[in-house]
Amino acid sequence: MSADHESTYVPKSAFERWMDARLPIIRMGADYAALPTPRNLNYWWTFGGILFLMLVIQIITGIILAMHYVPHVDHAFASVERIMRDVNYGWLVRYVHANGASMFFLAVYIHMLRGLYYGSYKAPREMIWILGVIIFLLMMATGFLGYTLPWGQMSFHGAVVITNLLGAIPVIGPGILTWIQGGFAVDQPTLNRFFSLHYLLPFVIFGVVVLHLWALHTAGQGNPVGIMIPKERLKQDTVPFHPYYTVKDGFAILLFLLLFATFVFFNPNAMGHADNYIPANPLVTPAHIVPEWYFLPFYAMLRAIPDKFGGVVVMFGAIFVLFLLPWLDTSKVRSMRYRPAMRWFFIIFVVVALGLGWCGAKLPDEMVFSLGEGSNGQPIGMNYLWLTRILTFYYFAYFLIIMPLLGLRETPLPVPDTIAAPVLDHDDAAKVPAQ
Amino acid sequence: MKLSKTLIAGLASVLCLTAGGAALAAGGAEHPRDVDFSFEGPFGTFDQAQLQRGYRVYKEVCASCHSMELLSFRDLGMKGGPFWDPRWPNPNDNLFVKAIAAEFEIADIDSESGDAITRPGTSADRFPNPYANDVAAAASNGGAVPPDLSVMAKARHGGADYIYSLLVGYVRPPAGLTVGAGQYYNKYFGGDLTSAWSGDPHHVPKGGFIAMPAPITTEGQVTYDDGTRATVDQMSRDVAAFIAWASEPKQTERKQTGLAVMIYLALFSVLTFFSYKRLWKNVGH
Repeated sequence: MSADHESTYVPKSAFERWMDARLPIIRMGADYAALPTPRNLNYWWTFGGILFLMLVIQIITGIILAMHYVPHVDHAFASVERIMRDVNYGWLVRYVHANGASMFFLAVYIHMLRGLYYGSYKAPREMIWILGVIIFLLMMATGFLGYTLPWGQMSFHGAVVITNLLGAIPVIGPGILTWIQGGFAVDQPTLNRFFSLHYLLPFVIFGVVVLHLWALHTAGQGNPVGIMIPKERLKQDTVPFHPYYTVKDGFAILLFLLLFATFVFFNPNAMGHADNYIPANPLVTPAHIVPEWYFLPFYAMLRAIPDKFGGVVVMFGAIFVLFLLPWLDTSKVRSMRYRPAMRWFFIIFVVVALGLGWCGAKLPDEMVFSLGEGSNGQPIGMNYLWLTRILTFYYFAYFLIIMPLLGLRETPLPVPDTIAAPVLDHDDAAKVPAQ
Repeated sequence: MKLSKTLIAGLASVLCLTAGGAALAAGGAEHPRDVDFSFEGPFGTFDQAQLQRGYRVYKEVCASCHSMELLSFRDLGMKGGPFWDPRWPNPNDNLFVKAIAAEFEIADIDSESGDAITRPGTSADRFPNPYANDVAAAASNGGAVPPDLSVMAKARHGGADYIYSLLVGYVRPPAGLTVGAGQYYNKYFGGDLTSAWSGDPHHVPKGGFIAMPAPITTEGQVTYDDGTRATVDQMSRDVAAFIAWASEPKQTERKQTGLAVMIYLALFSVLTFFSYKRLWKNVGH
């Protein structure tokens, strides 16, 4: 809401006045704390804060790990195990970092689905959304690079599979592949540069997060009702970010940390692969190369297309279509609370995305169900390849067909004029707005 | 994790409407037997006597072919380790550890002459590798390099359960299965036996061929100091527990820290929740 938000900060001490005339950084902090925030934000809105915390945790643990890690094909695996065994609390730092990546992705997926459901990408918030998709892309790159560093079997063969995708690009592909790998195969130069990039990208993410927040504070936060708060209602409909949302976000963060701690301390390898505790061996390919869970939906799409380059295009297309989202959605209404038809398509979309993840963990030839056997002894029924294709079709249809068409044809429910109306509907009407 | 796996397996088997598809899918391995190890669960800890017996089995049976390169002798005397003794908080001083290390001859270089020599091991030395290099290891084992056991319990699905199951899983191959020279049938070992199977193609036996002959075969193969009867089953359990410890020596510390962290976070969230309730009491939202 800061488009309408004028600074209320008054420097109190001589030092503050001195600073305010030179570098108004205290004013910036004070304005952020006082930011008028819609008072009807639900818990789905707490994931932004959770994500910021996760980024900070990943950067701090990562810096410590980098002090002990050796980016060399002969020493990387053993140096990671040395962190686990001999570095003081190294096991804690490493498990926080490894599980932190999973928790980071869990939070970002929820954050994105929240944006999708409540139309957070619509005008005037297109830039917030686009910067968010850029952050997501950078996170995927960083997650992949980080997973290669322990130089286990899955690290190595995952790196081979993913870098070779680039080789599928016509004409320039093979050249790019050699350039990225730093040679003709995944080897020492690849590991060395992956380490360098894995250290760099989180700081790039941090920079884009600053832009993401800047855009957020310029266009203002959305809210579950999805209407803009008119200037004259600013006082009734908003509360200052601090202490109202610092406490609410704080509570959500603590619950999230409880889940995080359950993995770190009691099941730290649940989201990893046993094969990655086998040192990388280029001559032995694991029976079943699978990426980390957060890449599985995209991995499934990659394998669903019979042509390698086609698969790469579809996989990246699944992310790039998100950039166009603000213009693909033709509905005038932001929140799906008032779009009953769209809400069903959204629920199906979530199921489809989870289904794609499930397919990504299966072999394409495995049967989803079989109805018997053909004369050649092959089962008749549906295998995961075809299930993936159907789900992939829905994924794209949701954005490219359903969203543009339904927005023009549907009849949304009446949208309230103020965010106070629905709040007072389900809440004690006697409650007075803040201040 | 275990629960969700069971759930997924359950769902998958419901989805397989007829047995046709399932049976034709490559045999795969038998699911490891579930052993009730003391270190399982959020409060589980290692049984020190079992770790000592397990080390003995490792040393007398496994170590003749398998390396354990990530372990040093001092690790045996660390807190929670097989030979931990509070008298020696620094495991390097632990007399048991020193004695164990001294049983090994370690390759070194003479600091005066630079000649290659061997000397008795010290607490700081790593477990020596039985082979000079992988080529030598392969040459002595029919072409297969015995894998390093340092993180074996984390490197296989099923962990200690799998290691135990594999050790007791050398059963007589079913009639109709052709076992090649230098190969052994083990029902818990992964693989696809279709090509070696002459029986009903719908009932390919589970399991695979492993290059390691059954290492633990007879009762009393290892003599235990604590009077425990050294049955094949007992020795297999003990060595599986030892390898589980070696794969993650800090796991007891991890779980104990975790308990404190969970209690702290739970209390903190309760406090924060009530602060939130109080702060928002008069704000409709």
